[in-house]
Amino acid sequence: MKVLYFAWVRERVGKLEEEVVPPASVATVGELIAWLAARGEGYAHAFENPRVIRAAIDRAHVRADAAIAGAREIAFFPPMTGG
Amino acid sequence: MVIRLQQEPFDAAAEASALTRGRTDVGAVVTFTGICRGDENGEPIAALTLEHYPGMAEAEIARHVEAAESRWSLLGVTVIHRYGRIAPGEDIVLVVTASSHRQDAFAAAEFLMDYLKTRAPFWKRVERAARGAVSNSWVDAKSCDDAAADRWSNKPPGRREAAE
Repeated sequence: MKVLYFAWVRERVGKLEEEVVPPASVATVGELIAWLAARGEGYAHAFENPRVIRAAIDRAHVRADAAIAGAREIAFFPPMTGG
Repeated sequence: MVIRLQQEPFDAAAEASALTRGRTDVGAVVTFTGICRGDENGEPIAALTLEHYPGMAEAEIARHVEAAESRWSLLGVTVIHRYGRIAPGEDIVLVVTASSHRQDAFAAAEFLMDYLKTRAPFWKRVERAARGAVSNSWVDAKSCDDAAADRWSNKPPGRREAAE
């Protein structure tokens, strides 16, 4: 699946997007965050406080307990500050 | 419904008149323009840079315009949100709502702005220039913006935490 990062999550991870293949045991958005956080220093920094991380699956907001099965695109970002 | 994301400035008056041109059923137009202030938390700023999630930003705004259209009697809605670097004094966002009577246009415009601030995938970065040194920092989300969006739903105001 494609994973996208925005704002300070993007800066800390050091990339805008990437293809990832998490193991089958990673079933939810929250579990994906934990799995990504273990991928390296930048990831650990980006996801150090998972409670502030917002997520979207296929361009719609989801909660941390949402299932990732079948997702084409998952995005992670900080709370939004538009308008 | 007109939704545009763009880097270039917009013409609020032209957008408002486009909603009423050639028709006589519109009795009220509310135009809200959000403008880049020259300070953030009391500190002068050089500019804001807005990052967005292309594709999702349009979809999320459209979902909220549809929610507004089902909740109030609207005859037209235009939302324009800029992205990229925006200097103090420049416009950032435009919401125009048209209705037969003013209450619907006022309420829908406020509803849309409250949701744009907390649910549309945009992030502001502040650029400061003090004594020749440029520094950047991301704007923190404000709990008062969450509370403003929450009052439109039936659920009690929530705290800003886990992804929703």
